[in-house]
Amino acid sequence: MQELHLPWLELSVVIPFIGAIYIKLLKNRNSAYMQCVLLCALTLICALGEWIDFMTLRIFEAHDHWDFLKAIFGRDVFVIDELNAPLLPLAALLYLMMVLSTLRTKLGRFSLAGALFSEAILIMTLSCREPWLIILLMSLATIPPWLEMRSRKQSTGVYTVHMSLFIGLSVVGWWLVPVNEAGIPDTSSSLAIIGGAMLTAAGLLRSGIVPVHCWMTDLFEKAAFGTALLFVTPMTGAYMIMRIVLPIAPPWALQSIALVSLFTAVYSAGMALVQTDSRRFFCYLFLSHSSLVLVGLELLTPIGLTGALCIWISVGLSLGGFGLTLRAVEARMGRLSLSKYHGLYEHMPTLAGLFLLTGLGSIGFPGTIGFIGMELIVEGAVEIYPSIGTVVVLAAALNGIAILYAYFRVFTGTRHMASISLNARPQERFAVLTLTFLIIGGGLVPQPGVASRYHAAKELIAHRLIKTESLEHHRVTEH
Amino acid sequence: MDIQYAFHALGVIVLVMPTLLLAVIGLMSLIGRPLGETMMARWTEATVTVALLASLGILGLMLYSGVRQVPIELGNWVVIPEQHFHFHLRFVFDRLSVPFVILTLVLVGTIGAFANRYLHREPGYGRFFLFYAVFLLGMVLASLAGTIESLFIGWELVGLSSALLVAYFHERPSPVVNGIRVWAIYRIADAAFLVAAVALHHLTGGGDFSGLMGTEPWPYGTASLTGMQALFVGLLLLVAAAGKSGMVPFSGWLPRAMEGPTPSSAVFYGALSVHLGAYLLLRVSPILDVSMTLQICVIALGLISAVFGALAARVQSDIKSALAFASLTQVGIIVVEIGFGLRYIALIHIIGHACLRTLQLLRAPTVLRDYHTLENALGQNLPQQESYVRYITPSSAQKWLYRFALERGYLDAFLDTLFVRPFIKVFSLFNSWERRWTDLLSGTESTEALATMDPSTTGSDGIKDIK
Repeated sequence: MQELHLPWLELSVVIPFIGAIYIKLLKNRNSAYMQCVLLCALTLICALGEWIDFMTLRIFEAHDHWDFLKAIFGRDVFVIDELNAPLLPLAALLYLMMVLSTLRTKLGRFSLAGALFSEAILIMTLSCREPWLIILLMSLATIPPWLEMRSRKQSTGVYTVHMSLFIGLSVVGWWLVPVNEAGIPDTSSSLAIIGGAMLTAAGLLRSGIVPVHCWMTDLFEKAAFGTALLFVTPMTGAYMIMRIVLPIAPPWALQSIALVSLFTAVYSAGMALVQTDSRRFFCYLFLSHSSLVLVGLELLTPIGLTGALCIWISVGLSLGGFGLTLRAVEARMGRLSLSKYHGLYEHMPTLAGLFLLTGLGSIGFPGTIGFIGMELIVEGAVEIYPSIGTVVVLAAALNGIAILYAYFRVFTGTRHMASISLNARPQERFAVLTLTFLIIGGGLVPQPGVASRYHAAKELIAHRLIKTESLEHHRVTEH
Repeated sequence: MDIQYAFHALGVIVLVMPTLLLAVIGLMSLIGRPLGETMMARWTEATVTVALLASLGILGLMLYSGVRQVPIELGNWVVIPEQHFHFHLRFVFDRLSVPFVILTLVLVGTIGAFANRYLHREPGYGRFFLFYAVFLLGMVLASLAGTIESLFIGWELVGLSSALLVAYFHERPSPVVNGIRVWAIYRIADAAFLVAAVALHHLTGGGDFSGLMGTEPWPYGTASLTGMQALFVGLLLLVAAAGKSGMVPFSGWLPRAMEGPTPSSAVFYGALSVHLGAYLLLRVSPILDVSMTLQICVIALGLISAVFGALAARVQSDIKSALAFASLTQVGIIVVEIGFGLRYIALIHIIGHACLRTLQLLRAPTVLRDYHTLENALGQNLPQQESYVRYITPSSAQKWLYRFALERGYLDAFLDTLFVRPFIKVFSLFNSWERRWTDLLSGTESTEALATMDPSTTGSDGIKDIK
């Protein structure tokens, strides 16, 4: 396997990890905030460096230069490939934007050290290809939100039950899948089928697929908005399915996942329309979009997979930005109810503009980053299920209604009286402009992104085929 | 060669000018330095004038050279060659698009100048012109689209600007409620359009109109679809057109859309946006020739909409709603003309109706003054002429018709009863079940759970605005 020119992956993990310890030791909140922004920016630079370095190599996968972990474990633990290369900078960007847009008055409720620790875990997860390690890291990532809910004296029952189930299913599932001497899972045995089913259930649970999605709405209600956003928007459940389930699952199983995800997309879009709490509204909106990503991922056609990978990025950026805007409004107004109008437009026109733009970006409105991805998903879905595939269009239509509905509820409908300025601060404005640039830039010039994601999709399908063939070959030689 | 170059240059100018206008107004608003009223009006005036001159130049060149179809190729926006997936940016100047784009630019320019005075010192002046720029770009893209995907982009931009301008006076709930209603109908229409576009992709291998209807200039194309395929795609496009043009059963949004400022009402629902559905049917009219059933559906829809519009317009108590339904009547007749294959007549009808209705809507705020002027000139009240329909209709039927028209055909109630209420009921039920489940697991009952389960406590049941 080829090497990157620098140990980008290890740096992107070490910086936030050491940073978390350092920030924890700082007493001054303002200084901690500034240092945290700097550390997140450094992590983003490393993640971007890794992506650019990888692209210049023009290969399917690579590992770090001076790979320290390989020396310890004797195998490539952190690997960058076509799938995760853009996901790492996306995750780092989300963390930077989140920290940057945190009001100083809210620093007491949002743990900066916790955010950096979670970032380190997330980047490790997204860099990792080893199933056991992915399961371990994803299990570890469930702890910070749990601790936060406990510290806020909120009930953790729903979260605990679901995450325990997730960990149990993942551990037992992978333990049941037999692996041959070549290190390839043997999918022919009945144990492997049971294990695969358990892993699939774990992946779906973590992705919030109906009916095991209630933990997500509960998390949004009980944890800090920032914590919940950072826990769900990188879509680690989908990543787990891609890394662990996809190589071992038969096509019929994948298409079943696609159907369940399709149902979730429509169900969540419908649920978003009847919510009266802004956080639950966001959660269902996110669930609907992340399910669409899963639909495309499991179609296993180049077009569907390309669409899913494009939507993965666009949903991360658009709904990440949408969530940030909602959080910024909440930071000024408290928990927002959608059962009444708030009329905030006159006080925060920039945030209103970003709210609308990111919302439209998430539904794949023309000229935004999600447009082509959505077209590809629809094409891919129609290709496999000609009639049911149109349901994707229905989900997108419902999401579109939900976005404008929320916009009108939050920013219009009445005249809000405020004695102080509620407009965006310079840091928030910077976050707004960065995300706007990416959402519109990616929408106006979509070809590079689509070409890169198509290449990734092709390679992923080819690697899956190679694995299946080598397993068949191994089986034949054994006989 | 030279004339081709001139065509291309002028075509690009027509496309670039609205884009430039949107980029300037949007970018300045985004960086927190919005343009002042004068600059905004000048930018609008300048870009519309240049685009109009360029489109007139194209018309002149077409008449001079005898060329009836000028394609402007801007290449592939997105292409995946191995999968035969491409998003082709192709625009066409032909006998359909040139009159429509000139009409668009003339009316947008005129209304822009009107709005500059009408909305002077309004707090939402900048917001109006921003959405107006989105609308202009959408209309130009939709008018000149040479592929169904380009038409879809324009279609979506028009829809968004329309909904946001209906809710222009957004410090009151009523315009906002109407804005979301318009948006909801548009999204359903857009969904039908998108499915039709994907179906066309699969059936013809691409979204180019030339691939779908041959290279013959409009209106002489021949659709490369079978009868059943044409019926399927055509019905989807008919739903899209009905949603966009406010035809039955979606007519309820048309009077609601009049809640927006008069300039946008005039240009959207009197002139351009309301005709976009008819324009779509004209653009894909060769598909209609393939299926007789489809033609009958188009004629029936147009006829029903025209009759309904005529009835409803007679009993409206405010002038803008009356004009909205009068527009619907004409749109219905235009659709009937399209169904009968009278394409040039339909096009001329659109242009004439758009100009007349724009003028009427712009005069609407002063209609009483106009009446008084006329009555003063006559020295008596204006004569009231009774309709002959009154003599041939039994009195019981008259009452029923009056109530039917006054309630706007019960169309909103029909859509609410059939779709919106069951939808909200079902999902509210799911929501309460989910709440109970999470409450059971967490061992506590959230206060929000109670509020959501009993809408009377909050006065809300989620998206009640659509009802």
